[in-house]
Amino acid sequence: MNIVVCIKQVPSTTEVKINSETNTLVREGVESIINPFDTYAIEEGVRLKERFGGKVTILTMGPPQADIALKECIEVGADEGILVSDRAFAGSDTLATSYVLSKAIEKIGDYDLVISGKQTMDGDTGQVGPGIAQRLGIPFVAYVSRVDDISDGKMKAERMIDEGHEVVEAPVPCVMSVSKEINVPRLPSLRGKMKAKSAQLTVWSAQDLGIEDNKVGLAGSPTFVMQIFSPKRERQSEMLEGSSAEQVSALCDKLSEMKVV
Amino acid sequence: MEYFLDEQQKMIKEIARNITEERIKPVRAELDEKEEFPREIIKEIAQADLFRVFIPEEYEGFGAKCLDACLAIEELSRGCCGVSICYAAVMLGTLPIILFGSDEMKQKYLPQIASGERLVAFGLTESGAGSDAGAMKTLAKLDGDSYIINGTKQFISNGGDAEIYSIIALTNPAKGVRGASAFVVEKDTPGFTFGKKEKKMGIRCSSTCELVYHNCKVPKENLIGKEGAGFIATLKTLDGSRPGVAAQGVGLGQGALEEAVAYARQRVQFGQAVSSFQAVQHMLADMATQVEAARLLLYACARTIDAGATNYTEDGAMAKLFATDMAMKVTTDAVQVFGGVGYTRDYPVEKMMRDAKILQIYEGTNQILRNDIISHVYKRKAMRP
Ligand SMILES: Cc1cc2nc3c(=O)[nH]c(=O)nc-3n(C[C@H](O)[C@H](O)[C@H](O)COP(=O)(O)OP(=O)(O)OC[C@H]3O[C@@H](n4cnc5c(N)ncnc54)[C@H](O)[C@@H]3O)c2cc1C
Repeated sequence: MNIVVCIKQVPSTTEVKINSETNTLVREGVESIINPFDTYAIEEGVRLKERFGGKVTILTMGPPQADIALKECIEVGADEGILVSDRAFAGSDTLATSYVLSKAIEKIGDYDLVISGKQTMDGDTGQVGPGIAQRLGIPFVAYVSRVDDISDGKMKAERMIDEGHEVVEAPVPCVMSVSKEINVPRLPSLRGKMKAKSAQLTVWSAQDLGIEDNKVGLAGSPTFVMQIFSPKRERQSEMLEGSSAEQVSALCDKLSEMKVV
Repeated sequence: MEYFLDEQQKMIKEIARNITEERIKPVRAELDEKEEFPREIIKEIAQADLFRVFIPEEYEGFGAKCLDACLAIEELSRGCCGVSICYAAVMLGTLPIILFGSDEMKQKYLPQIASGERLVAFGLTESGAGSDAGAMKTLAKLDGDSYIINGTKQFISNGGDAEIYSIIALTNPAKGVRGASAFVVEKDTPGFTFGKKEKKMGIRCSSTCELVYHNCKVPKENLIGKEGAGFIATLKTLDGSRPGVAAQGVGLGQGALEEAVAYARQRVQFGQAVSSFQAVQHMLADMATQVEAARLLLYACARTIDAGATNYTEDGAMAKLFATDMAMKVTTDAVQVFGGVGYTRDYPVEKMMRDAKILQIYEGTNQILRNDIISHVYKRKAMRP
């Protein structure tokens, strides 16, 4: 079974800063990591390969330095890494990104399953997975929490919904996004590290993918970010004092004063 | 300090450190409290290929270099010696097979051990035979194509949790230790059961258990090496694994030092961090120096072994003796640096101090090792080239 896992390199969470003039993330001097939600997708890809055989190819669109993220995926069991990188892609929104990734997946060809994380930590949209499925013309299954079986051209899986779980069946190939309940991502292994060290990564440009200029970068991105700002913390608190009984009655008074009870 | 580690050694260190930070530190207190075998962590260690480190390449391992294994043990011990002994005891139990097993025996067992699919234990000690291992009573009697084993082994690490047991028994009691032989006994062999599980002071997540053999029949092929070679096999096995105990000491000392430094810098008394008091500084400076000295003695010993030395009993004994006495002292001082909270279970240093004690006892008590060292020192008239 050939599995393609789409990942993104993002700035490490503890250090997110926003440039208030350009409304974009400050990436200089910030450590890059694999989008944490994607680590579950990588792990699931590797587990499915271990169960059903086949190969796991990691696909990412990003700057040349994103090759580090691809190597980290090989350390935890992926077989190959493909970096899609081109100046023309700069400024691409989720629509343009899913277009580029779908073109890359078409070029990989002969795939059975495409897996992504449920969303990224920086963009937070969760739109790229479904966007890829739409472009490829195959089904999309969101928030998968367990893959029960893949056989006879069908995948049976469980997915998380607000009310609980849903058992679904989808024809393969399909695209799925995974929730973090699906597994515990493994840590790097010695064989993985050795493989990553000597791994030859594939790099594809816009031209390699036959991409139309007006569909990528700023030109191909209808999303317009009006403003990004850090919300102000405006919560106020008041500590009630006295015995438990006094605190309870004071609380009741407050709540009825606020007309919530 | 530059340790001159090669690429593979750096990778092993990083992998083991990652496991310590991500998987061991968050649960070590709970594992200790519940005396629970760290099965999930062992799975992660297996998955990360660390069991392959002490297995020869021909059997799906990574070269079986002593220093490589010591680096893994050191980093795991920085987190928890209870976890690291589960790993190191597998190496201990595997050494007789690596050193003296036939090619068929190696083919059969080593790949399963390398993958971590099956754990191993080493059974030498008995209630009447501790430091005086030669006083053992367990018998193995040849009967057609099998040996019939009778006796009880005591204090066996990984007992009950391992699937493969390398044990020492007398095939010819009249000859004393020269009549001892080594065997592989698999779990679930009829006549092989587990007795008392010890309740310990430290390394509480590891199992220490009695192995009970009652007319236990094992096939003749399970003899490791030749009949009568069991005692030599034991000595060589312990020579090979003792650097591992030294590595536990180094890792534990390092872990305690890190905790003590971090705490001293944030604990304020008399309006300043306690790390600014010279009494504390000198204690920390001594701890750091001792850890480093033990580490360098260990690495030098491991490199001597990896370079092909044939007799390294004295080197291993010195490394184990020094590193484990150091660990006892450094963990005790770490508790001192913490003051009262160091004595509570809210911080990891009291556990580290409890864990340190066993290192001075198992795989040759530090008294026995001093006996070994002095006999070598006398033999070479204290000279060094
Ligand atoms: C947690 C734990 C795990 C263990 N794991 C294993 C294992 O996996 N496999 C295994 O086979 N064994 C194992 N052991 C056994 C361990 O190796 C022995 O406990 C150790 O060798 C000491 O033997 P003993 O307990 O009988 O002490 P004793 O031999 O009774 O020693 C008592 C004291 O007398 C001293 N002493 C004894 N003889 C001399 C002498 N000639 N000169 C000077 N001093 C001497 C000792 O140093 C010690 O201080 C384990 C023990 C423990 C507690």
